[in-house]
Amino acid sequence: MSDFLRSWLVLVVFGGLAVLLVSAFLGLGSLLRPSRDTPQKSINYESGVDPQGDMWAQSNIRYYVFALMFVLFDVEAVFIFPWATRLEVYDVFGLVEMAIFIFILALGLFYAWRKRLLRWV
Amino acid sequence: MTALAALEGMDRLTSGEALVAQNVAFAIMAITMVVAALRMVTTRNVVHAALYLVVVLAGVAGQFLLLGAEFVGVTQVMVYIGAIVVLFLFGIMLTKGSFGEDDGVSSEKRLMAGLVGLLVFGVMAAALVDSFEDAEVAREAPSTTAEVSDSIFSTYIVPFEAVSVLLLAALIGAIVVARKD
Repeated sequence: MSDFLRSWLVLVVFGGLAVLLVSAFLGLGSLLRPSRDTPQKSINYESGVDPQGDMWAQSNIRYYVFALMFVLFDVEAVFIFPWATRLEVYDVFGLVEMAIFIFILALGLFYAWRKRLLRWV
Repeated sequence: MTALAALEGMDRLTSGEALVAQNVAFAIMAITMVVAALRMVTTRNVVHAALYLVVVLAGVAGQFLLLGAEFVGVTQVMVYIGAIVVLFLFGIMLTKGSFGEDDGVSSEKRLMAGLVGLLVFGVMAAALVDSFEDAEVAREAPSTTAEVSDSIFSTYIVPFEAVSVLLLAALIGAIVVARKD
């Protein structure tokens, strides 16, 4: 097994341990605690008052712009990630290049702000 | 035995045994992916289908890592699981009536979907076999994110800056389309 895969194996082992630990404690809890189910206990919790309507509620169409913008800036993050691994090597050159990259994308955010899409009404 | 001690033990494995470990990892991920993919197309709840898609895409990311393509694997997690599925869920939540239990599709649609699925599978399988045949994957030379970064910031620096303009165009286009007026 190469060094590369071994370094990722560490992640797998730690992730597995995390899942194992949580499920072990939750399982232990369900073994120890008394279980007395009533219909009152199994209704959805909603700020302490009785929930109204179905749990599948339609969300406001206004959120859609935020979802679209999130996708765009997520793609931006994909390009920032390799740059961050070699930050010291590129020095000022990398900083300037990334500044240009982020500035051009920030223009989009500025456009959205000027078009009042970010206002919450 | 601690995790690190287990990793030290890996050193003593011969390359053949190490390959077995990779194959076992591949098999576990592949089986998980196939089961999740089947559940995704058979489940009646469209939100559950999107969540099964997350499992499939995470499996794809794992397979990329197994092949040594670190950057592609991380991108898979960030863009597909992080953004595309979130967009899917947004789409589901915004369209009224289509979430929750579905009545299922008619047999006519089922036939067409099956045909399209077979066609896509055939074309992709033919393309993969045609272009790679029995080429071996370079197991010992994983492409690290640093290498990808070096090529972005040397050879492909102009395309990299052009990408930002492309993303800007996509963002402004999305805003113009999404606006009411």
